[in-house]
Amino acid sequence: MTALTDRAVVRLRVDIIACDGRGLCAEALPELITLDDWGFPIIDRRAIPPRLLADARETARACPKLALRLDREGRGKP
Amino acid sequence: MRGTAGLSSGIAASGAIALPGTLPRLLPPAGAAAAVSLPGHLARYGPPPAGLGRPQRDSLIAEVDRAGLTGRGGAGYPTARKLAAVAAGRSPVVVANGTEGEPASAKDKALMARSPHLVLDGAVLAAEMVGAREVVIVAHRAARRVIDDAVAERGRAALDRVRIKVRTAADRFVAGEASAVVHWIERGVPAPKASPPRLSERGLHGAPTLVQNVETLAHLALIARYGAAWFRSVGTPAEPGSMLVTVLGAVREPAVLEIAIGTGIGQVLDQAGGPTAPLQALLLGGYFGDWVPAAAAMSRPFSSAGLADLGAGPGAGLIAALPADACGLRETARVVRYLAGESAGQCGPCRFGLDAIAGQVEQLADGSGTDPGLLWRWLAQVDGRGGCAHPSGVVRLIRSSLRTFSGEQRRHAPGWCSGTASVLPVPPGRAR
Amino acid sequence: MSAAFGGSQALWFVSRASGLALLAAFSATVVLGVAARLGSAPKRWSRLALGELHRSLALFSVSFLGLHVATAIADPYVRIGWAAAVLPFVSPYRTLAIGLGALAVDLGGAVLVTSLVRRRLGYRGWRVVHWLAYLAWPVAFVHSIMAGNDLRIWWVALVEAGCAFAVATAMVARLLSWWRGPEPKPPGLPGRSVPTERIPV
Repeated sequence: MTALTDRAVVRLRVDIIACDGRGLCAEALPELITLDDWGFPIIDRRAIPPRLLADARETARACPKLALRLDREGRGKP
Repeated sequence: MRGTAGLSSGIAASGAIALPGTLPRLLPPAGAAAAVSLPGHLARYGPPPAGLGRPQRDSLIAEVDRAGLTGRGGAGYPTARKLAAVAAGRSPVVVANGTEGEPASAKDKALMARSPHLVLDGAVLAAEMVGAREVVIVAHRAARRVIDDAVAERGRAALDRVRIKVRTAADRFVAGEASAVVHWIERGVPAPKASPPRLSERGLHGAPTLVQNVETLAHLALIARYGAAWFRSVGTPAEPGSMLVTVLGAVREPAVLEIAIGTGIGQVLDQAGGPTAPLQALLLGGYFGDWVPAAAAMSRPFSSAGLADLGAGPGAGLIAALPADACGLRETARVVRYLAGESAGQCGPCRFGLDAIAGQVEQLADGSGTDPGLLWRWLAQVDGRGGCAHPSGVVRLIRSSLRTFSGEQRRHAPGWCSGTASVLPVPPGRAR
Repeated sequence: MSAAFGGSQALWFVSRASGLALLAAFSATVVLGVAARLGSAPKRWSRLALGELHRSLALFSVSFLGLHVATAIADPYVRIGWAAAVLPFVSPYRTLAIGLGALAVDLGGAVLVTSLVRRRLGYRGWRVVHWLAYLAWPVAFVHSIMAGNDLRIWWVALVEAGCAFAVATAMVARLLSWWRGPEPKPPGLPGRSVPTERIPV
């Protein structure tokens, strides 16, 4: 049984300066990203649940400004 | 013995200043108006420690740590920690931040204009402590000349082993933010940069950069001479040392004063001649600070600990006195509209959100009626979502104004307002 | 002899057909790219869907390209070496026409490769190269006119015209959007949503 403590914590982060408020991320990952009243992403700051990790990676890839990042904390593979 | 960077010799040479507990330390003694010249500076403080080798540098950083010096730009970050982080890097650079983008604050201008050599000493010492060969002084327009003259004086005396460059600061509120200062030097753009990587790792031209407020550097220059115990002889154990404060508004003699941290606020106001009228509230910290009811604040010490339960803090050392015949909401609305216009415009929530929020606060202030739910919603949406602390600072100010001026809010609903006078300075509108 | 000729005919046919399909796919890719960039509120035209479609179609077009180039080279009737497929203007057969094709491959290839390594390249570097797409398309289009002989077939001419019209429209729309500047954001209050000036970076 793989210990959960082996996994690193991965969080979504947006570079709000690079962000243009195009809104693709909120469409792709509504579980973790909503848009504020001006179209800019409000990111859930908690750790990304493992079942959403693949989607989160795809969402980060889809960002046209490359503003969305996955930040890894701690040791171990995410 | 040169080991502890000449600390004991400093005390012997400079007499009065080195006595524990005396103020002022940074500013010239009361009455002295012009900038202190180099000979005057050396006569008052004694020579700065010179020729720092690696062991002296590390022991000096340890001394700063023992002194408990924290940043005087408003964030209050432990200085020794910053020094250590930058010293660990290769070919670091030191930036002395004398931008003071806050229009109500005058302490950095006053310090640079009257004690330029103390600031330069601190900058040079900081450079030696982190192993930097170059220092960039970013000085507010008003103090540029004095700093230039002081640098020239030092050059003639061949005082410093590091290169000193001077730049005039940009004339914008957000220009005083640390990464904005670096960006300004690098590319002439006074806008904050994205946070990873940190400035202590990659800053000016990619080098590890120490950005320090000029007042912090001035304190550093004195700790290096007289030691941690001396520094701690004023202030509180948790928040040691002295600080510069700008007192303005409804006081007889608005001024920049040097006080021991933890001095009673009422006492500080008295040092500025005392209130000119019954006071309603105080703005503490700066335009990113908090409104506090005057009655509650007057008896408090001006320190983080003393103000924490009021939801306020010393911030960048501003104390603005709002008289009873002014309207706190109107003052706030003016300041918020100014701050919204000062957004660097890089981040959506700040650029668009603050504009919308300013509109709401203006409606609140002129009694034209608002949807309070909308304002709260937008405050929550904008808080913490900027690329720098700008939107959060505005949110903090507004929340404190809604708390403190709730009575005024109720009067405004049917269209009344208490206010007649204007107190807080807001620069004239920028051409669009 | 006639079998070889028949084989060559088949190759030439496939080359032209895949070329036309490639042009259509490339044109659709460009239109989708512009649409994704200009897209309005997520509810009406999903910018995500347009963007992903743009990417998928671009990648898929590579297979058409592969077929188009391989069959043209394999065709013994005309002498186009492998080099001529990527080095412009080295083909002895219809140097200019084929050369333009190779140029389009180079430009399109640069756009494609930089997009695949976008993360590592950084946004600015990626964006500058991506603009080459606006050059690659006209080059490809002129190549298709010059190298193909099929405009006399009515539906080929129709496809070519359709592609040209679609891409021209997209380019004009993109140009207008650039000239007009960033769109205003909701909601603000009526009369108050003027964004503050932005410090030019």
